[in-house]
Amino acid sequence: MAVYEPWNEDRAADIIAAKAGMEGATLPILHSLQHVFGCVPTEAVPMVAKALNLSRAEVHGIVTFYHEFRRTPPGHHVLRVCRAEACQSLGADQVAAAIRARLGVDWHETTGDGAVTLEPVFCLGLCAVAPAALLDDTPFGKLTCDKLVAALEMTP
Amino acid sequence: MTRVFVSRDAASLALGADAVAAALAPHATVVRTGSRGMFWLEPMVEVETPAGRIAYGPVSPRDVPAILAGTAPSLGPVDDIGFMKRQTRVTFARCGVVDPLSLADYEAHGGLAGLRTAREIGAAETIDTILRSGLRGRGGAGFPTSIKWQTVADTEGERKYIVCNADEGDSGTFADRMLMEGDPFSLIEGMAIAGFCVGATKGYVYTRSEYPHAIKTFDAALAVARHAGLLGETFDIEQRVGAGAYVCGEETALLESLEGRRGQVRAKPPLPAHKGLFGRPTVVNNVITLATVPAILTGGADAYQALGMGRSRGTMPVQLAGNVKHGGLFEAGFGLTLGELVNDIGGGTLSGRPVRAVQVGGPLGAYFPPAMFDTPFDYEAFAKRDGLIGHGGIVVFDDTVDLAKQARFAMEFCAAESCGKCTPCRIGSTRGMETVDKIIAGVSVDANTELLRDLCHTLKFGSLCALGGFIPYPVLSALDHFPEDFGKPAALAAE
Ligand SMILES: Cc1cc2nc3c(=O)[nH]c(=O)nc-3n(C[C@H](O)[C@H](O)[C@H](O)COP(=O)(O)O)c2cc1C
Ligand code: FES
Repeated sequence: MAVYEPWNEDRAADIIAAKAGMEGATLPILHSLQHVFGCVPTEAVPMVAKALNLSRAEVHGIVTFYHEFRRTPPGHHVLRVCRAEACQSLGADQVAAAIRARLGVDWHETTGDGAVTLEPVFCLGLCAVAPAALLDDTPFGKLTCDKLVAALEMTP
Repeated sequence: MTRVFVSRDAASLALGADAVAAALAPHATVVRTGSRGMFWLEPMVEVETPAGRIAYGPVSPRDVPAILAGTAPSLGPVDDIGFMKRQTRVTFARCGVVDPLSLADYEAHGGLAGLRTAREIGAAETIDTILRSGLRGRGGAGFPTSIKWQTVADTEGERKYIVCNADEGDSGTFADRMLMEGDPFSLIEGMAIAGFCVGATKGYVYTRSEYPHAIKTFDAALAVARHAGLLGETFDIEQRVGAGAYVCGEETALLESLEGRRGQVRAKPPLPAHKGLFGRPTVVNNVITLATVPAILTGGADAYQALGMGRSRGTMPVQLAGNVKHGGLFEAGFGLTLGELVNDIGGGTLSGRPVRAVQVGGPLGAYFPPAMFDTPFDYEAFAKRDGLIGHGGIVVFDDTVDLAKQARFAMEFCAAESCGKCTPCRIGSTRGMETVDKIIAGVSVDANTELLRDLCHTLKFGSLCALGGFIPYPVLSALDHFPEDFGKPAALAAE
């Protein structure tokens, strides 16, 4: 279970300073911020812009371009269910529909208790054991809704 | 204690390999390897015996006592399993065999001999060896690797880069992932050879964020290589992680992303070989391309080029995925027919129903019906039939597939993943999706089908890169080979 830190400007400044000297530092910095805060906080955008000598609009444009960067923190767990072709060939659409119904959320939403955020993903490289999903960093093959619910119950 | 081998490949973990390894641990020396690529047998356990490694699979923790007692039914020596026997493993020779993070294991299995050879014969002779091997880029476009390297070698630059494309976004492909998790040193060695040949001092590997296990294993391998002095001042490698954008697999978008910007495609020229990363001469190659180089230098150009057919020389790690009985990675010389791959090697569908369609080459690849299963696995043969082999993934569908729905998905995917730089791809894909919807709903089917074909024409010839340029392949192949799925009204899938 991921525990994210609340927004803290000094902490953000440290994260940014640690990587600002890298070649092409933007993505590494955004990843680090998201790792700590669970998302790229709006407050961090001007700080990143200043450190990298970019405009705020540019940094905003970068954050929104990539599907992975979040604007708000996710739930305790992130469940990424594959929606791509190989998984479709073994019923991923139906499995995903069952999971959405069971969790009571749609794509990109978090369950009411804040436990799970559901995200679509297009291929996890698990296409020979489809349908596939990642629960945080744990991979699942031959996914069924029941298997997933059982795994969620076992995960604190 | 007996030595046993259990895969730590993400797909093996996805089927419970960790629990099997844990059950074995108190009773045997467990070596975690990459996967052999026979995923229908995972979790697979190999037990070391005087007669070689004996395989068991699929294994559950309950089976462990019987396996250790020698009373469980075995698959026999792993190398004698039909799926293994029919392969020519060059790039994946070590994958599933060695501990991916043991440099000693790597060297004991022929590792680092390629780099030594390169240093002995020099840069020019090394590039010539790659030329004679016939190696073409495995990322999809099939461009001759030696020509790319020669161009960068010939281009002046105080700093040059080797960029490895590990963005592997195509559905149905996992060869890059398997190699990075199962034999990462071969990629490191391949990049070091490339750096030596063109005079580059820095390498970047751009790995997609959807591959947490590959990222971890490769970073660990980099640390081992650095500690052993394999990487350092003359040439170093850093891994960078993507952020969920399919288009960043396109080489110029990838460079933009590495430079810290939105992953938007650059117009060519200039070529990355002339002005690539940070405007410097840059080699961009796929994981498999680079990881194959050491094996070519070790085995010789002639041996490699003797494999394959036509202008497709050497081997291709074919990835059998989706609704297929024997899903996994099968490396063989180019030239096997699609039918041999899907039916003989793949064993047909997992569901047991008839195969109706296969999509080859990822989301931008064509859907082929069984009537086209005589097509040999070869760049030119697929191009001639309006398809592509791409990165070598084959996704199998049974007779429950609806090709109109697949065509819609192709357009939806293109719309979601377009970098937005060119209009045909950005707008055309959304129009395409709406048009397929109308066809599915039975609205002016003939007129809308014409419109869809027109749109595909515009996308094919008006797009800046192959995302928009190739999305017509799945759409038109679905229309051409499966017209019955477009004529009748069908319910839209629940979204
Ligand atoms: C939309 C798009 C996505 C691509 N994705 C990848 C990819 O994930 N991996 C890859 O190696 N090449 C990909 N390519 C091809 C690269 O642009 C480039 O040709 C390749 O990295 C060159 O390496 P190679 O010569 O070793 O194949 C993609 C191309 C396009 C147009
Ligand atoms: S298509 Fe789902 S894991 Fe590759």
